[in-house]
Amino acid sequence: MRPIVVVGASAAGLAAVETLRREGYDKAITLIGEERHIPYDRPPLSKQILAGEWEPERLTLRDPAHLGSLDVDLRLGVTATGVDLAGRRVHLAGGATVPYDGLIVATGVRPRRLPGQGAHVLRTLDDALALRDRLGPGRRLAVVGAGFLGAEAAAVARGLGAEVTLLEPAPVPLAHAVGEDVGRVLSQAHRDHGVDLRTGVAVAALGDGGVRLADGELVEADEVLVAVGCVPNTDWLEGSGLNVLDGVLCDEFSAAAPNVYAAGDVARWHNPLFGVPMRIEHRTNAAEQGMAAARNLLHPEARKPFAPVPYFWSDQYDLRIQAYGYLRGHDEVAVVDGDLGERRFLVAYRTGDRVVGALAVGMPPKALRPWRQAVAAGARWDETVVSAHRAAT
Amino acid sequence: MRVVLDEPKCVASGQCVVAAPEVFDQRDEDGVAVVLDETPEASLHAGVREAAAICPAAAILLEQQ
Repeated sequence: MRPIVVVGASAAGLAAVETLRREGYDKAITLIGEERHIPYDRPPLSKQILAGEWEPERLTLRDPAHLGSLDVDLRLGVTATGVDLAGRRVHLAGGATVPYDGLIVATGVRPRRLPGQGAHVLRTLDDALALRDRLGPGRRLAVVGAGFLGAEAAAVARGLGAEVTLLEPAPVPLAHAVGEDVGRVLSQAHRDHGVDLRTGVAVAALGDGGVRLADGELVEADEVLVAVGCVPNTDWLEGSGLNVLDGVLCDEFSAAAPNVYAAGDVARWHNPLFGVPMRIEHRTNAAEQGMAAARNLLHPEARKPFAPVPYFWSDQYDLRIQAYGYLRGHDEVAVVDGDLGERRFLVAYRTGDRVVGALAVGMPPKALRPWRQAVAAGARWDETVVSAHRAAT
Repeated sequence: MRVVLDEPKCVASGQCVVAAPEVFDQRDEDGVAVVLDETPEASLHAGVREAAAICPAAAILLEQQ
């Protein structure tokens, strides 16, 4: 009897395994994880762990007793190197193979790196602890990339008393993700907290005492953190027959091939709610898609499209940023509550004639929830935003 | 079933309120989750399990009684 094999033992893989058990699947499950740690949570790495507020044990997603109760063949520190779709086998480093009845790919992403030596990245617990050990009062940190991860790390480093330079190639950080106006507000928060934020700069090389810019200038730093996005961990699937151009390509059910599903950061699937393929590197999507993939694998006669409203949050200084929806490629942003200048606001995003997302900073949770509903319902922009304006005035 | 919230872990995502609005709410001031019903009736258990599973902070613990 072949097991269901889940490759990737982080949030998505764990959610898949738990769902299989919750849905009554009582046969063998094998969970393969490349890291040696039992499944742990990643969002706090750039927050509480980097700040030294939490010890690593606090990240454990499920205690060992609970993991044991799942009755899973848990193989940690094991790397999957290939898959044979026709033979339904996963190949492991060292030459072993694991046959499967169903397969869920949840191998996540890894940080994109830049040429040069000695720079930190921030993806794993070991990464976070290594960087944490090097930060403190008077230490100079250069962060390459002012996306959410780089911004969070910069904020924490300032809190630890480090001198921080934040280098960003775009004119406005996060503009592609949240729009220029919101990006500018978040940029100003860095400057107010003493970060030397430098936008529109190109990085040539790392090492030799800091970051060498394309114009020849050296940004001196004791430590360099590269936070310029991630690439899906699909190398092991090259040549398998799966489409892995940017993540594992899946249909609206999160299926990549018969009895093969993908979930979490590594999955690019067609989200029917927005009508476009997307790959979402957010914590909540990992769990939701892991659950959806497990259910669809287990109940082929009753598969359901995976059509979530994506959600993410970010903590920077005293700002809590929360967003629902698919903001990428939006056509318009409108402030529907609060005030950008006060860093207490709610903005809505339009793509075509629909409300596709909303983002809030410093607003009560109940203010954002109706906007999630609007996105989930595919609400029309003109009706929704106009009525919100009317209610606010 | 007994619902326990590890409050310092909560990141105020409100995903639990979406999954099980009868059992969870959020504080107005900071969005941190509030358990409205620590021992929900059986008909609510599926939603509560969903909430615990999707909580992005793994802050919801379910104890079997």
